[in-house]
Formats: sequence, C-alpha cells, structure tokens
Amino acid sequence: MAEEKDNRKVVIELQDVKRYFQVGSETVKALRGISFKIYEGEFVTIQGTSGSGKSTLLNQLGCLDTPTSGEYFLDGIPVRKMSKNQRAHLRNRKIGFVFQNYNLLAKTTAVENVELPLMYNNNYNAKQRREAAIKALQAVGLGDRLDHKSNQMSGGQMQRVAIARALVNEPAVLLADEATGNLDTRTSFEMLVLFQKLHQEGHTIIFVTHNPEIAEYASRNINLRDGKIREDTINPNIKSAAEALAALPKPQDD
Amino acid sequence: MNILNLIKVSVNAVLNNKMRSFLSMLGIIIGVAAVIAMMSIGQGSKESIRRELSTMGTNLLTIRPGADMRGGVRQDPSAMQTLKPADYERICAEKKYVSNVSPEVTSAGQVIFGNNNTNSTIYGEAPEYLEIKQWDVQYGDCFTDEDIRKASKVCVVGKTIVDELFGEGKEEEAIGKNIRFKSIPMRIVGVLKSKGYNSWGMDQDNVIIAPYTCVMKRIAAQTYFSSIVCSALTEELSDPAIEELNQILRSNHKIKDTSGASDDFTIRSQAEMMQTMSSTMDTVTTILGIAAGFSLLIAGIGIMNIMLVSVTERTKEIGLRMAVGATGFVISFQFLIESILISITGGIFGVALGVAASNFVMPIFGMPSTVPAWSIFLSFGVCVIIGIVFGYIPARKAASMDPIEAIRHE
Repeated sequence: MAEEKDNRKVVIELQDVKRYFQVGSETVKALRGISFKIYEGEFVTIQGTSGSGKSTLLNQLGCLDTPTSGEYFLDGIPVRKMSKNQRAHLRNRKIGFVFQNYNLLAKTTAVENVELPLMYNNNYNAKQRREAAIKALQAVGLGDRLDHKSNQMSGGQMQRVAIARALVNEPAVLLADEATGNLDTRTSFEMLVLFQKLHQEGHTIIFVTHNPEIAEYASRNINLRDGKIREDTINPNIKSAAEALAALPKPQDD
Repeated sequence: MNILNLIKVSVNAVLNNKMRSFLSMLGIIIGVAAVIAMMSIGQGSKESIRRELSTMGTNLLTIRPGADMRGGVRQDPSAMQTLKPADYERICAEKKYVSNVSPEVTSAGQVIFGNNNTNSTIYGEAPEYLEIKQWDVQYGDCFTDEDIRKASKVCVVGKTIVDELFGEGKEEEAIGKNIRFKSIPMRIVGVLKSKGYNSWGMDQDNVIIAPYTCVMKRIAAQTYFSSIVCSALTEELSDPAIEELNQILRSNHKIKDTSGASDDFTIRSQAEMMQTMSSTMDTVTTILGIAAGFSLLIAGIGIMNIMLVSVTERTKEIGLRMAVGATGFVISFQFLIESILISITGGIFGVALGVAASNFVMPIFGMPSTVPAWSIFLSFGVCVIIGIVFGYIPARKAASMDPIEAIRHE
C-alpha cells in the first residue's frame, strides 16, 4: 500500500472527502468519504464505472469544486474553504488539465494554445511565455509544429498540444481526464508512451479512465465504486507502452 | 492577466469571427454615420443662415414703426406712420454708438426700359445704406448726398434688373441709361455687386436703390419712413446702440418713461434675429440627432444579441479558460472589451462614413453640411457607453458560468 513510503513529498492528500449534491428533495452522495495520499512522481490511474464518482473526484482534485466535508490538501494547501477566485489562482499555478476532447481554442496556433495558462499569470511576460510554450511543445514532440492551427492537426497532435498546455505552468500535478478516450489504439499508445516519459522525468500524473488496460502502464491504481475506494494498489511491474506500441500491427496504408 | 493580454485576446476573438463582428458593427456604423450626417446638416444649415445674416451686417439695427403685435391684437394703423424725417435727423445729430443711419422707403412696381419690363422694388435710402448692408457698387458709383438734397431721379440697380432690362453682362452699358419706374424716369448711376438668393429664396439682386427723398416725393408720395436702418459701431455695441435709439425716439415722440405708454416703434437687431434662427436650427438638429440616436440604441441591442450568442457558443472556451486559472472577473472583462472593441471599431467606421457622407453626398443634394467636431466626440463616446452597457449582460453571463459544466458543454 501507498502508506509504506511516506519519506516522499505528498502532493495530494484527501481526508475523508465527502461530496453530496442536492437534487430536488433527494441527496445524491457522489463521494462518501475518500482518503488517500499521492506522492510526488507517482503515475496514478483512477478507475471506476460511470456513477462511481470518478468525475466528482476529478473535480475535487482539480479544485473545480470543494468538498461538502473533509479536507483536501493540494501541495499542502487546504482547498475546502477557498473562494472561487482563490481556486482559479491555485489551478493556474498547481494543476495541469488534459481533457478527453482536447479543448483547444479554435483557429489558434499550437504555441498560442499552450501559452494560454500563462496568460493568466502575471509573473510571465510575452517573451517568457513564448519560450515556456515552445519548451513544453518540444517536450511533447511538437517542436516543429509551433504555428500549426488547431484545425490543421490530427487528434494525437491536438492531445499533445493539450498536454503541452498542461505542462507549461510546471504544475504540481497533471490531471488527465480520459485523455486517450477519443483516440484510436495506436495513438492511445503513443499518448501512453508520452505519459510514461513524463512520469520518468518526475511528473506526478493522475489519469482518470474507465479503461482498465491503462492501469497496467501506471505505477498505482485507485478503483472507485459507489463513491468509495474499492481498491488502492501499487503496480509491481509497470508495462512499457513503447513496447506495446512496437508490438502493434503496422498501419497498412503507409 | 494584464490588460494588454486581454485586449489581444479580444482582438483575436473579433478577428476570428470577422463576418459576425462586422454584422454587429454594421448597426453601429450606420447609427454613428446617421448621427454625424444629421448633426452636420443641422450645423451646416445653421452656419449658412448665419453667413447669410452676417453678410447683411451683424451690427445691423432696424427701426420699424408700430409696436409689436401683442397677443394677436391688431395695432392702430396710424402707428405705421410714426417714423418721420425729424427722427432721422435727430439720430444723425446725436448718435454715439450708431455709426451709419439710413431711412428707408419702399415701393414695388414695374420697371421699363425700351421694350423690356420687369417687376421690382425701389428702395429709397441714404448713401450710407450700402455701407450698413456691406454692399458694394461694382460698376459706376452710388448717388451722393447732393442727390439726396435735390431728390434727384438717379438710382443704383441690382444685377437682376440689368439682366432683365439690358441682357446678361450688359452692366457697363446700363450705366447712364434712363429706366422708368412707375413711369418716372430714373438714371442708372451704378450697378451693385451680385448677392444672389438668400436662404429663404429671395432674389437679393432684384432691387433698385434711389435717394430716399426722391422716392418719398416723386414715387410713394409719403412723408414718413417705412423703417430706419442703422449700424452699431460693432456687434458687441448693439445693446447700447439700441438703448440710445430708444431714448432718442421716445423723447422725439414724447413718450414719457413714467406714463407707461408703449413705444410706437420697434428696434430689432440682427444679432437677435440670428439668435432666433440659431435656436430654431438647434431644435431641428436636436430632433434629427435624437432620431438618429435611436438607431444607435438599436445597434447596441444588436451587439448585445451577438455577444450573448457568442458567449453561449464559446461556453467550452470559457470553461477551459476558467479551468486554467481565469477568474470570473477576467472572463467578464474579456467579453466586455470585446463588445467595446466592436462598438468602437464600428464607431470609427461610422465616423468615417458620416464625414464622407457629409462632405461628398450632401453637396450633391444641395444640402449645406459642416461636420461639427463635437458630434464626432459625442458619437464616439456614445459608442464606448453602448459597448459597456450592452456588453455587460453577456459578460456577466460568461463570468457566472460553472467551469465544470462549461468545460463539458457540447
């Protein structure tokens, strides 16, 4: 279990987080008390069927929402009592989001898309912003497509841009929400190769998915059911996505 | 996020939707152009009337017999004969603030030369009249004080008279010829410089000016004047000049200040007349401006519409921006800047269009127009206000979105 290695830095800590929604006269208990710690450098998948509360948990982890009770520490900062604006600021500095449908700005170049989070950070001027964005795009292997517009790119390229955008503010944690959900098998593996590379470089990654296969490539797997943790396991032998990619049959048309 | 970035983001958003932005600008463009065109017509007419009146002399004072019409009650007809030569002589003798004086007697009738004839008005005046009216004799000379004393049958005519009786461009030939006004022969000694039509369509050149003594004795056969025209030393001295004339005439007519009897004459100044004219034109301009202003209001509502659609359409973008750290305030500011940008850009094009219309199109229709600088600033200011006011609701809508829902919006 994860508790064995507490000499490492804790990036995320949940203490009995509950989240209830009031729908009409009924109370929907989306999260019924979740506690875990995620350490720096972990690659965690959060799995669960629909209705298990994984989206609600993702919103909590991403500081888009606050718990009904319990406490959430992001990089040591308690989030529950923060205002909307404080959370916006916290997201800007500590979190990198990767969404299922990329969410790139239309008619905007790759580098401008990646610059977006830094636009809301006054510590960066235009030149620094551009440099950081180029660096992030190089890290995801798109150094040669800086000025391509989002509608001139393939799904895999768009997701790489989205990952670069998530990395550009040097976040404490990378939150991926079904990041391979819209991609074909081959591109999905390419994406996993990239996530594994980022993991090796020391990034903390949380990957929310309903695809159990992905857990084999991560270092730890948290499984949710009915708003509670069903399983929290360390993956003893992490599979290499690069090998899996090489093993895939070659595309026939090129 | 600093303001420069916000402006950049907004400019990009406007440019990314060129067609839509242009359509919402169109209302503003037309509205602003309409306001400016209306204002310039108003201002232009006002100025042309002012020019008109000032060519008659801004320091002109006119004394007419009879008190004003009071509440629609007709005045005593004998009041029409109150201005006598004695008044004129006394004004000439005692004037301080008045520079030139000329009595005026008019009579309308037929003028004949050879086998041509025309209808005109003869003005019996003193030679000073031309100076008061700032009118020059182009060919020949004016009659003299001696002609006044002798009541000589001489006259100065306007260009129209020459054109009608002698043919166009025959001014030189007309000098020295005898024309007959109501069968009295009058020798032409000068031809006046053309003044053209005035703003209410009267031909100012269809005149014959003769010594007032001649007109009184030989033509109109009357012992009183129709009016006395004077000029104040300067336009600013019009008021003391009026006061001076008032005192002279009251004492001459034996109207005591204490008796409470009303004056049997009226003095009007050109300045007063100009003021009346300007205020009338101001009212017209205001009405035109308000009408055009409504089109700006509608244009503003158009912008609001487009912005609301734009906000809904860009829900996902808003969600993304919020997820990566934009606060509601920053989001609302972005949309506010966008709507201000649309309205200001529309305003700039509108000003250009309005100025172009005033300078090139209006003259084609013979409308006087001058673009007043304040109308440009006014409509520009209105544009900014429209941008803020009508951008506010869409901006608020954008800012109040929940990032969780916005980002998953399809």
